[in-house]
Amino acid sequence: MTSLHAIEADGLVKRFGDTVAVDDVSFVVPQGSVLGLLGPNGAGKTTTVRMMTTLTRPTSGTARVAGHDVVLDPAAVRRSMGLTGQAATVDELLTGRENLHLIGSLYGLGSDYIKRASNDLLERFSLGDAGDRMAKTYSGGMRRRLDLAVSLIATPPVLFLDEPTTGLDPRSRVELWEVLRELVLDGTTLLLTTQYLEEADQLADNIVVIDHGTVIAEGTPLQLKDQSGAAALVVTVSHAQDLAAAEALISPHVREVHVDPGSRQLTAPAEGLGHMTRVAGIFEGSGIDLDDIGLKRPSLDDVFLHLTGRRAEQPTQSENDEEVSA
Amino acid sequence: MTTLERPEIRETGLWGQSWSIARRNFLHIKRMPEMLLDVTVQPVMFVLLFAFVFGSSIDVDTAAGYRAFLLAGIMAQTVAFASFTVAVGLTADLEKGIVDRMRSLPISPSAVLVGRSMSSLVHASIGLVVMSLTGLLIGWRIHTNLVEAAFGYLLLLGWGFAMIWIGIWVGSAMRSVEAVNGVMFATMFPITFLANTFAPTDRMPPVLRFVAEWNPISALTQSVRVLWGNDQPLAPGAAFPMHHPIPFTIGWIILITAVVAPLAIRAFQRRTAD
Repeated sequence: MTSLHAIEADGLVKRFGDTVAVDDVSFVVPQGSVLGLLGPNGAGKTTTVRMMTTLTRPTSGTARVAGHDVVLDPAAVRRSMGLTGQAATVDELLTGRENLHLIGSLYGLGSDYIKRASNDLLERFSLGDAGDRMAKTYSGGMRRRLDLAVSLIATPPVLFLDEPTTGLDPRSRVELWEVLRELVLDGTTLLLTTQYLEEADQLADNIVVIDHGTVIAEGTPLQLKDQSGAAALVVTVSHAQDLAAAEALISPHVREVHVDPGSRQLTAPAEGLGHMTRVAGIFEGSGIDLDDIGLKRPSLDDVFLHLTGRRAEQPTQSENDEEVSA
Repeated sequence: MTTLERPEIRETGLWGQSWSIARRNFLHIKRMPEMLLDVTVQPVMFVLLFAFVFGSSIDVDTAAGYRAFLLAGIMAQTVAFASFTVAVGLTADLEKGIVDRMRSLPISPSAVLVGRSMSSLVHASIGLVVMSLTGLLIGWRIHTNLVEAAFGYLLLLGWGFAMIWIGIWVGSAMRSVEAVNGVMFATMFPITFLANTFAPTDRMPPVLRFVAEWNPISALTQSVRVLWGNDQPLAPGAAFPMHHPIPFTIGWIILITAVVAPLAIRAFQRRTAD
């Protein structure tokens, strides 16, 4: 069966004993587009990717990559895709070039081709000078880039990236995003998992949000943000014992309020700047000291709060959760 | 529009793939020559230690004395430790996600194991060469012909092959390199000593002697000694395998491989399945 979809997940289920890690996940990724698989740690992102890349056999359901079924024809799937796993899996004792050569020869590529492609890739990933150094001397960002370069040695039409920027500093992250955009312009289909809405926002044409192994939302980044509210109003009290009083004070003025004792924060759906100023006003003369009051752009946490009515289990504080302080 | 060149992905056979992986393991040795310590410095140290420190108080009844007797024992121990090399290397690759990366490539699933086995056999062979040279320096000689000499080395490598399966089994079952080292050390070390490797068995207490002479390592050691003309006359009451060491060694190699290989492959598949 041929299709215009580079990737199709079709009712994927994975059970580990009594635990259901992935529960009936379906989605499609059109050729040449980018899908962001968004979810907190333990949501089932990696397991989903492992099933789609033939590393783990689905308990039921299947997926097709470049038209090949992962259960029925895993070998054809492996010929059509590249995978960059969560931890950079470059060989530390090999040089950048040797890493590329190893994977290239395992793909069955000709030696001349591997040499040429390695030079191109090293250049493209700003590793030209480091190509003959052992990978263990590389920085985290360089390893990530090498890992990605290695996945691209055979120029697979479909690329899976499992949390490609986790652990990278903001600059390396932006650089990697640039490289990924170029790949997509060249016709590669990309599926990337991420914990950061910002990242999905930057790169993805479509986002699938998963939690506890099920798809809880999907759409374009814009649609998701609209669903989850434009922004949140965040009030941080100075003393934890004031939280209850602050909640009582703020409740009549907002649609709903969430209290997080750990961070001494009250979070409520924002209703514009004027609304924030009004809320700030009610604290004046209340005897409650505030550390901060501000608007927070939607983060994965907020999408979660909206979609599930609870916080994401492992709040991810991305550096992109800018606060607009009042 | 598409500007990328999409190269042709050719089918490569299991051997080509395994060779690529083995070559990568050789590069590891080149980058970290200390990985060879276990088949160079360590056995040489053992040779010297036993030949000069303990040797003077161990009586053997061979023309060339204890040093000639010793060498086959140390070689047998060293190839038995081939299981270490495999287990440690495999566990490290599993831990670091290298195995998963390989498995996402269009290669035969067994290439990872075959490549690892190939490099381990080469690893063990380096040890045999180093020990032979050390042996020549301290007075060990092969007193038979070329065919028997080669057969002795072949049995040692065959033994190394059987040990590789144990290494794959342990390497797949253990979760960390430290655990592998612990398990292998606690088992392989006493097994290789409770044998005829370093001392003749005839003066051991009866129970111990029985265990030592039935120990597969003893059959291997005895075979090699016989094939190289380094053996001493069998003491009265020697156990059955000591009278027929070569068939026993071949039998052990086949039996260990036949029993452990399926277990090892299953453990590896289970480890990598989820």
